[in-house]
Amino acid sequence: MLDRAAPKATSLPELPEITAATDTRAYLARAAVQAQSHDDYELIVDVDAHLQEGGFWPEIIDLLGNDVLKQTAQAMLRPGSLPLINMQPGMTFQAMAGRIPHQSGPQEQTDDPAKAGHRFVQIVRRTIETMGLDYQVIFPTAMLHLGMNPMEDIEVELARAYARWLIERILPEDPRIIALLYLPFNSPVECEKLVREYGDRPGIIGFTICAVRHKGVHHNQYARLFSMIEETGKPLVFHAGPHWDDPSFTQLNRFVSMHALSFVHYNLIHMTNWIINAMPERYPNMKVVWVESGLAWVPFLMQRLDHEVMMRQSEAPGLKRLPSEYMREMYYSSQPLERNDLELLEMTMRKINADTQLLFASDWPHWDFDPPSAITTLPFLSDQAKRNILGLNAARVFNLPVKRLRPRAKDVLAARAAAGVA
Amino acid sequence: MDVRVCEVAALDDPGRKVVEIEGQQIGVFRLGDEVFAYENRCPHLDGPVCQGKMLPLALEAVASDGTSSGRVFSKTQMNIICPWHGFEFDIRTGVHPTDKRVRLRRIPVRVKDGAVYVTIARATHANQR
Ligand code: FES
Repeated sequence: MLDRAAPKATSLPELPEITAATDTRAYLARAAVQAQSHDDYELIVDVDAHLQEGGFWPEIIDLLGNDVLKQTAQAMLRPGSLPLINMQPGMTFQAMAGRIPHQSGPQEQTDDPAKAGHRFVQIVRRTIETMGLDYQVIFPTAMLHLGMNPMEDIEVELARAYARWLIERILPEDPRIIALLYLPFNSPVECEKLVREYGDRPGIIGFTICAVRHKGVHHNQYARLFSMIEETGKPLVFHAGPHWDDPSFTQLNRFVSMHALSFVHYNLIHMTNWIINAMPERYPNMKVVWVESGLAWVPFLMQRLDHEVMMRQSEAPGLKRLPSEYMREMYYSSQPLERNDLELLEMTMRKINADTQLLFASDWPHWDFDPPSAITTLPFLSDQAKRNILGLNAARVFNLPVKRLRPRAKDVLAARAAAGVA
Repeated sequence: MDVRVCEVAALDDPGRKVVEIEGQQIGVFRLGDEVFAYENRCPHLDGPVCQGKMLPLALEAVASDGTSSGRVFSKTQMNIICPWHGFEFDIRTGVHPTDKRVRLRRIPVRVKDGAVYVTIARATHANQR
């Protein structure tokens, strides 16, 4: 019989504090474990993740086509600064004073770009593989404010430079990274030019109006643009955002108050104009997606508009059905999913036909991101509904092939274990 | 079974160490002479809560006449903050400051001969006593 040796004290594996410099794979390690629960799903698409422009801004301004703006931006450039962006640097509270480190990144180490690819691509690959995604749709962050920039030429020139940066540098490096064309919506003719020039480039799967702006989306000046978009068969995506300088919001004294209302506010306004002016009747084949306002606002607006339109038909004569019926045919991204009251969430999902109309979004690396488990752990959804929401609906909206591109969850975990990473 | 994590003196004050024992991640915290331990899993969406930042609880300084002089840090309560979305938990109780039903999973912990021990369900680790 063998003698059992007395156990010897060894040092336990330690997990360090998470900081802005933490590798995405360590930051999201728990999401890799969670990914096992939906590993057999056909397709996982994240329809809204973000570029934090700070680290890449010199590359983008280098692509500005206008000499004067380019020289201006380069003269203003400092490490981490964002020349030409109309965002007050002293008012960026998203990272909650260091409580949410990933919001102030990316500061992690990456490999030599000559061997491993563009730094941004390396970071997105880490996210995709750790979260267990097949595709991730990239949106800008700081550029979400450009609709309020009083210098319209800045929006146009940056939209073009950003499109070139994506199309020439980022998208060719990995087919799993896809993006939308940013429309400089304050300049309708320039939007048309961009759609014509870049709308059919590989990896460009739709068009986005960053919703933070004071422009009526129903205006006739956009008629030709909307027809062009409808013809492409690609969706038009309204991406919400924050804007503390909006006069009503200057009454709000905390970031949380402004953030809670602002994202919803802009989509409420654009949706109201879209419906009351009967845009779904005028562009019946247009696929419209509403991104980053959560879902709670949708049943509110359905009830409110149905109620008023029934009484004031003469002000919305283009409508052939109730507002809620059109809204139920549009698409919504899931994040930030208001999960505190599951009863209300279940009702909301029923009202928007979530099984066919809801698209999973992470919003990574922002502070209120949702991993896929925000959907997979909902007790009231059927397995098929979860599959649809996590990927199959997005495949339909964005014309993506239903073909697995992500590694198996167990292989991701095994690779992590082999590398000694918890 | 008890598993030795480290000397108490190896922890800053306030301080913490997050360790993995038999696949279970546990955060051990020190506040003065007291130690606390929790599973490194956030009740929100399972994030690595114990690996976040520690900061005192923020309070609204409301006077007896109902006026507020703004926010101040607590002199007595230290929180651990989940780095995924910012849920905060009192290190002494593991409870969220706003919704007391939301709390961390406590792990039994004690100090013996100057060292910190946690009690885990399955203990086959070499550090067990
Ligand atoms: S997982 Fe901890 S705050 Fe969300």
